[in-house]
Parts: sequence; structure tokens; C-alpha cells
Amino acid sequence: MTERITLNVNGKTHSMTVDPDMPLLYALRDEIGLRNPKFGCGLAQCGACTVHVNGEATRSCATPVSAISATDKVVTLEGLGTAEKPHPVQKAFEEEQVAQCGYCINGWVMTSAALLKQNPKMTDAQIREGLAGLKCRCGTHMGIIRAVKRAGTMMG
Amino acid sequence: MNAINKPAKKNFSVSRRAVLQGTGAFVLSAAVPTFVLSKKAAAQAARLGIAAKPALEPTQLDTWLKIAADGKVTAFFGKMDMGQGVDVAIAQVVAEELDVKLENVEVIMGDTYFTVNQGGASGSTGVQNGAIPLRNAAAEARRVLVEHASKILGAPADKLTVTDGIVSVVGDSSKKVSYVEMIGGNYFDVKVEWNGQVGNGMVVTGKAKVKPVADYRVVGKPYKRFDIPGKVYGTTDFVTDVRVPGMVHARMVMPPTAGASVVKIDESSIKNLKGVRVVRQKDFVAVVADKEWDAIKAREQLAVTWSKPTPPFPDQNGLYDYIRKATSAAKKVEEGNGNVPDALKGAARVIEAEYEWPFQSHASMGPACAVVQIEEGGKTATVWTGSQKPHYVRDGVAKILGMEQDAVHGIWVPGPGSYGRNDAGDAATGAAMVAKMIGKPVRMQGMRDEGHAWDPKGPASIHQAKAGLDAQGNVIAYWFNSKGFSRLDVNSNESDPSDNLPSQLGGSVSKAAMAFNVPEESYGFANKSMGWETIPQFFRNGNPLRSSHLRDPLGPQLQFASEQFMDEVALAANVDPIEFRLKYLKNPRDIAVMKAVAEKSGWKSRSRPNGKPGGTGTVAGRGVAYARRGGTVVAIVAEVEVDRSTGAIWPRKFTVAHDAGIIINPENLRMTIEGNIVQGSSRAIFEEVMFDRDKVTSVDWMTYPILETMQAPETIDVVLINMPNEKPTGAGEASMRPLAAAIANAVFDATGVRVRRGPLSPDRIKGYLSQA
Ligand code: FES
Ligand code: FES
Repeated sequence: MTERITLNVNGKTHSMTVDPDMPLLYALRDEIGLRNPKFGCGLAQCGACTVHVNGEATRSCATPVSAISATDKVVTLEGLGTAEKPHPVQKAFEEEQVAQCGYCINGWVMTSAALLKQNPKMTDAQIREGLAGLKCRCGTHMGIIRAVKRAGTMMG
Repeated sequence: MNAINKPAKKNFSVSRRAVLQGTGAFVLSAAVPTFVLSKKAAAQAARLGIAAKPALEPTQLDTWLKIAADGKVTAFFGKMDMGQGVDVAIAQVVAEELDVKLENVEVIMGDTYFTVNQGGASGSTGVQNGAIPLRNAAAEARRVLVEHASKILGAPADKLTVTDGIVSVVGDSSKKVSYVEMIGGNYFDVKVEWNGQVGNGMVVTGKAKVKPVADYRVVGKPYKRFDIPGKVYGTTDFVTDVRVPGMVHARMVMPPTAGASVVKIDESSIKNLKGVRVVRQKDFVAVVADKEWDAIKAREQLAVTWSKPTPPFPDQNGLYDYIRKATSAAKKVEEGNGNVPDALKGAARVIEAEYEWPFQSHASMGPACAVVQIEEGGKTATVWTGSQKPHYVRDGVAKILGMEQDAVHGIWVPGPGSYGRNDAGDAATGAAMVAKMIGKPVRMQGMRDEGHAWDPKGPASIHQAKAGLDAQGNVIAYWFNSKGFSRLDVNSNESDPSDNLPSQLGGSVSKAAMAFNVPEESYGFANKSMGWETIPQFFRNGNPLRSSHLRDPLGPQLQFASEQFMDEVALAANVDPIEFRLKYLKNPRDIAVMKAVAEKSGWKSRSRPNGKPGGTGTVAGRGVAYARRGGTVVAIVAEVEVDRSTGAIWPRKFTVAHDAGIIINPENLRMTIEGNIVQGSSRAIFEEVMFDRDKVTSVDWMTYPILETMQAPETIDVVLINMPNEKPTGAGEASMRPLAAAIANAVFDATGVRVRRGPLSPDRIKGYLSQA
């Protein structure tokens, strides 16, 4: 039971024949070969697998690939920005030196980029609330909150 | 001295070959005892500008350092950085001793082909132990290069100076020769003294004197982390991103009851999944597929009939009673003086308390992953691992594959977090077992429940304390004893397959070592005794509660008990907690740290708690705690808010005074401390592995909650105490050690209620408050 599926990821079109129930995560990692998103829980509990679908932060581990149509725009961390052309959130994470192991960073960067697009002027409390549910096992939360604030200033 | 009138270049910029041959110097690459480089190693070697490579021996200077033809310096580090900037510190130390720019130093670590086994990441010794051979090697390299330059320049070595890798004559900088000209791309044929140890204790020494601290210009500066850009731009390969041609995906299939064995496997249950294979060795069962998603589905779908063993665990509500009643397998008094029983008998008052701490999980951000590839028709192999001890993983994989150590190339790739002995080695073991069975490269990854339920755990324990006071409130006796599961029920490294879960399931029997610790502090009580007892695990093989090292092995639980007890004794003596500690602390560095935290936090002396039991609403309180760890001293003041209706604790502010000897990199140190404080808060407030009689029921983030942004502190105020004349000691774990006690002491101040069982979860606090 496979289906032909077409995805638009980071501006490029990819076609694949896969189980329609397969989570988007595996299409991005195993079919397309991207390093991000990451598998953290597969249960929509940690955020490590977050991508943007039409600008919305979406947990790819809990999104069946068939729920995404060819016209949806999927963006991963690789597509958000690069060292040469960084997204403000990436720049801010770099400047604040956030990340210990770094495995969670995909989730924090992608989620806060989507949040800041809606409201670059978030207060500390709004940042903390907006990022609730994301996990960082290494405990880099202080740096993350500083970086998101910094990115807000850059974007606002 | 006619050289003065001529362009310096003509005189001193000689071709490298000429320099080397002309002086019969330390190297000629033609004479290098090279070995054949595997393709992967060759690519790495080419990137580093290493034309040829001698055998990896601690006694060879070249094992530690390389200067390439373009001037790039490579330092080969046999310990690890797990995201705290240890590699930056190593680069700083090497740049310092060698007098080169930090930007020109690259640190290679975690690759068994290029680095000797300095023990991997272990006990926060990355800088404390790990930097010493590198420092000595860099100093020795500078010495031989300067000596060589002295011959070329015709000036005595003590009249030469080195700046950014250029040796010049003091007072005549036109007379110069560069490191590159002398050695660039070639091999140091220089021996260093090795102390014969492998692992954390490995030291090498050259003839050179190391640089005096007063001359430091690179050490002590806040250089940025090397790994951050790759992580935020998503260009770093994690171990989960390793792909090799022909690789298949494997998932383990775990028993529903811990200790169950396979009765029957019905492979027809997965026949809809084309090409999926089941492999098995005794009770180790795995599914293997070309596509990862197929392996995941097969893991869910495969019908395995398991035996129904006697439930292996006690009721969790009875865990601490179980520990109390269990027969000890080992006991030891680690520290003692005077006669405690007699002194207690003569005491005017005796204070007693008992504390309890649960099993905790590494619960790394992602379950572990590893890739194993067998090469050259079974003669060699490669393992890619996220383990913090890749050399030991290599050793373990070699045993499984029946190969010599050197036939296996271990490559560390960043993993999803590492705080000790987590599930990383289990993934490597499983991948090696499957690779051996099917003859293809295997990528083995756990699912979330394996990351939580099946990793080696931080051990559960109870801690009893007694103190005797005389009529004036002076402490005249102190007794502290812990009883719990061993911190080495499985070894802290993965070199013996029987210590790893897949091979245990596959039939190999592990041997436990019995080890526990006592609180590390400098209280000078007359008549003092501190000891421990360990009890055997519930069962030996394939036990999801098997215990091993979890960040600061035993520190949080020991200090949770001992540092709360200090507050309890201070209260009995009617003395402020900081004043009490200052009265008994013996080590001047401990006293300085305690004073620093009092001052920075604006501590207000109090002999009684401010809060009282009863009432509603949110109340605030402050608590202090302190610990030593391997030479590092930390004192913390926690300021918490307790919501008396929900029992929720918010650790609003921490003030941390931290003395880890000489500071190599203040910014990375500060961030490392912050991470410890937040992770420590999570463990103190939220974390407890839950289990029923059959199995661990903490299987994900819902059943094993950790701290999130909403509960993260508002402020972490770090006071770094730099001790330029003291050697650098570890910072990776020390500040986690007194943290839970500082929070519990603050909760007592806020509410007047003493919480002697961890974690200080909302439900537990609510329960305590309602009983108060
Ligand atoms: S991996 Fe998707 S939320 Fe955890
Ligand atoms: S940096 Fe390791 S989980 Fe966030």
C-alpha cells in the first residue's frame, strides 16, 4: 500500500512512492536525505522534528506524509537559513552560543521562528509560554530564551 | 652580522627540505613508519594535511600534535566535548603553549584512529586530566622547534621568542623562521614520557617547562564554541544522520515484562512488510528493513510470545522499604574520625533524619543510535557512535565481532545528549550484533520508550544522618550513611559487551561492581563517620533499572540528604544556615565560596524559616547548599516560589559561586554551569522513573516529565572565582551536586515544611503541605 507523493521542500520538488501513513519526518530524512528535522520522540512531545508547513511550526513525526499536498510549502532548518544567509533566529542562537548537544535546536529554532513571525515583540512570559512543550534535555533554556528575545529585536 | 643589511627572507626563509636536511632534524616524512590508511581515515588525514602517520602511541609527540604545511595545528584529544566547549579549552591550552593563534588550532576528538584513549568524557575531567598531556605535548613541541630554530638562526634558544608560530631573535625580528618552514606537514620524531596509564589517568611529559600562568594570553579568554554554527544551521552530522551505502535499519523488540524470554516469534505477523527480516540471539530480538519506517512498523507489529516471569520489581510505593530491608552486598566507611557512638551517647541532643531519592533516567533528547559496518570481508569494521567513550565502544564492538581492537575504527559523531552512561553503547552493541548476523551495514536506533525505560538508570537510595549537639549547640558527633543500588551495576564504559543491554538479552551475563560515594565536603566535625552500603539489583540480565553513572553520579542524592541535614542541624542549634556552615568548614576555598554566595545573593541571616505551615497562595523562600567535587567547590543560594494550592515550585533565581581553579574560558564555563543548574532543577523538581511490578512505566515525556521553559528560572547569577595558581578542575557536573538541596532548603524556608523525599514534584509538595 504505497502512494506516489510529491512534496515541495525548501523550494524544491521531490516525488516518492511511500506508505501514505508514514510520518513526514521519514520522508524528509530518509527519502530526501535531510539532516533536519530530528527524531526525538515520535509522539509530538518534544519538538525536535519541527518543520514549517506554509509557515506554521509543524511536528513532522506526527504528520502523515499524505496530509501534505504538493502545493504546501515545507521548510526545514536547512531551508530556513544558512551561515551565509542566516535567519535572525539562527543568528541570535549563534550569537548567544546556545546549544549543548544541539539535538533539540532544530525544534527551538523552527518553533521560535514561526512564533516571532507572528509577534516579534514577545515579552519574556510570552516567549516562555509560546515555547512550552518543547524539550531541551541539556537544560539550555536560559540561553534559548535570551536568543529568542535577541532575534525578536532583530526582526522587530 | 652582515645579515642585517640583507633582506631577511633571503637569509632565513629556507626551503623546508633544506631546513630539515641541513640540520639532521627531528623528521623526514620518508622515514616515517606509516601504516596503511583506510579510505575514511585517508580522507580525514588529507583534510588535516597529514601526509603520513606514525603508529598511534602515547610516547610519540606526533600522536598529540601535528603542524600542517599551511601552518594549521591539529591537536588530537582522547577525551571528549559533549557540548560544553571542552574542545575550545583544549585548543586554548595548545595555542597558549605553542604560541600560535587559536584560530589555527583544530581539535580532533573521539576518533580511535587519530586519538589515544584518554578515557572519553568521564567525571568532568576533560580539562582537569585531559588537557595535561596536550599542554605538555604542545610545550615540548615548542621546545624542540625553538631548539631547531636556534641552529638555523645561529642564536641561543633563550634569545628566541615565538609569536603566532614564527620564531625570531629577540631584538632582531628580521631573523626568523616559522614552524611551517621547519616542520610543516612532517612528522615529529620526538619521544615523550608516558606514565603507562590508559584512560583518565594518561599523562605524558616532555623535557619542556610549561608556560608560567602570568604569561597566559589565550587561556582565560572567552573564545566561542566551535560546534555552534553547525548545530544552528543544521549542517552538523549527528550520529542519527550517518548514512553508509547498503545500510539497513534495525529496531529492537523489547519484552513486555522485564526479564521475560522469547517463547515463539510469529514472523507471519509482518509478512505484509516486504523485505523485513527478524534476527534473534536468545532474547535479543530485532527487526531489520531497508527503510526506516518499515523497521518501525515491524517493531510494532511483530508478534512475539514472551514468557511470564515472576514480576521482578517490588511495588514502587514500597521501594524505599525494599532498600531499607535488603541485605547489603557491600559496605564501606569512607571517612571517619573520633568515636561517633560514644560522642552521640554524651550529646545533649541528637538530631536524626532520613532522605530518599528515586531512580532517574538519562532520558536523552533522542534515543540512542549507532551504525556498524563490517569491511574487507570481515577483517575490519567501523562503528559510528554518539557515546561519550568511543574508544571503549570500539573495544566492545571488536569483542562482539571477534576482531582485534585495532581492526575496528571507532568514530564519535555528536549524539542526542550525553550525561554519563546512557543508552549510546547499547545501540552500538545492538548494531554490531545485527551487522554480524546479516553481513550488512546496520543503523540501530531506539524508539522513545527505549530512551526512557531501558537506559541504565541513576540509582535509587536512602540516606540516614545523625548529629549530636552539646548543651551550647556545638556539633560533637556526625554520622551519615547511604544505602542504595550500586552506581556501577553496569560499568560506566561499554568495553565489555556483557554490560550492554543487547548482549545481556543475547545471553552474556554481566558482573556488577559495588560502588557508592559519600558527600564531598570539608566540615570539620570531631567524631565524624560517613559510609555507604549497596544492595544487589532486582535481577541481573536485561534489567531496565540496572544502574550506572548519570551526571554527577550520586552527587545530587547525597547532597540532597547531607546538605538538607546541615540545615536541620543548624535549625536545632538555632543558627543561620550559612553561619553554621562557615563555623565548621575547614577548606579556605570552601569558606571563600560560601562567603561569595552569601554576598552576591544578599543573604539575610535567619535562624528559623520565614514561612509557616498552613495557608494558601504563593510563598517565597531561600535556601543554601554547597558541595565539593574533585577539587571544584560550589555554593548555591536558591530562591523559590511555592504555590501552596498546586504544590508547584518555581526556582525563580539561583546565585551560584563556583571555584574550579584557574579559568580557561569564562563564557563556556558560565554556560556549562547554567545547563547544570537547569538540568539539576529538572531532576530535583520533576524526575522520577516510575515502574510497576513488571516493567518501567516511564516511557516518554508524559510519564517522565522534565522542566520546560515555563518552569525555567528567571535568573541564574554566576560568580566565577578564578584561582590562577590552582590547577583547573571539572565544571561539567559540580554545580548540579548541591542544587536539589538548595531548592529543598528554600522550600523549607518558604513553607516550614521539610521535604526529605525527591523529587519535589507538585503532587508530593501538595501532599506534604496538606499534612503539615
Ligand atoms: S520527535 Fe516529533 S515531537 Fe518529538
Ligand atoms: S542542547 Fe541537548 S537537548 Fe537541547
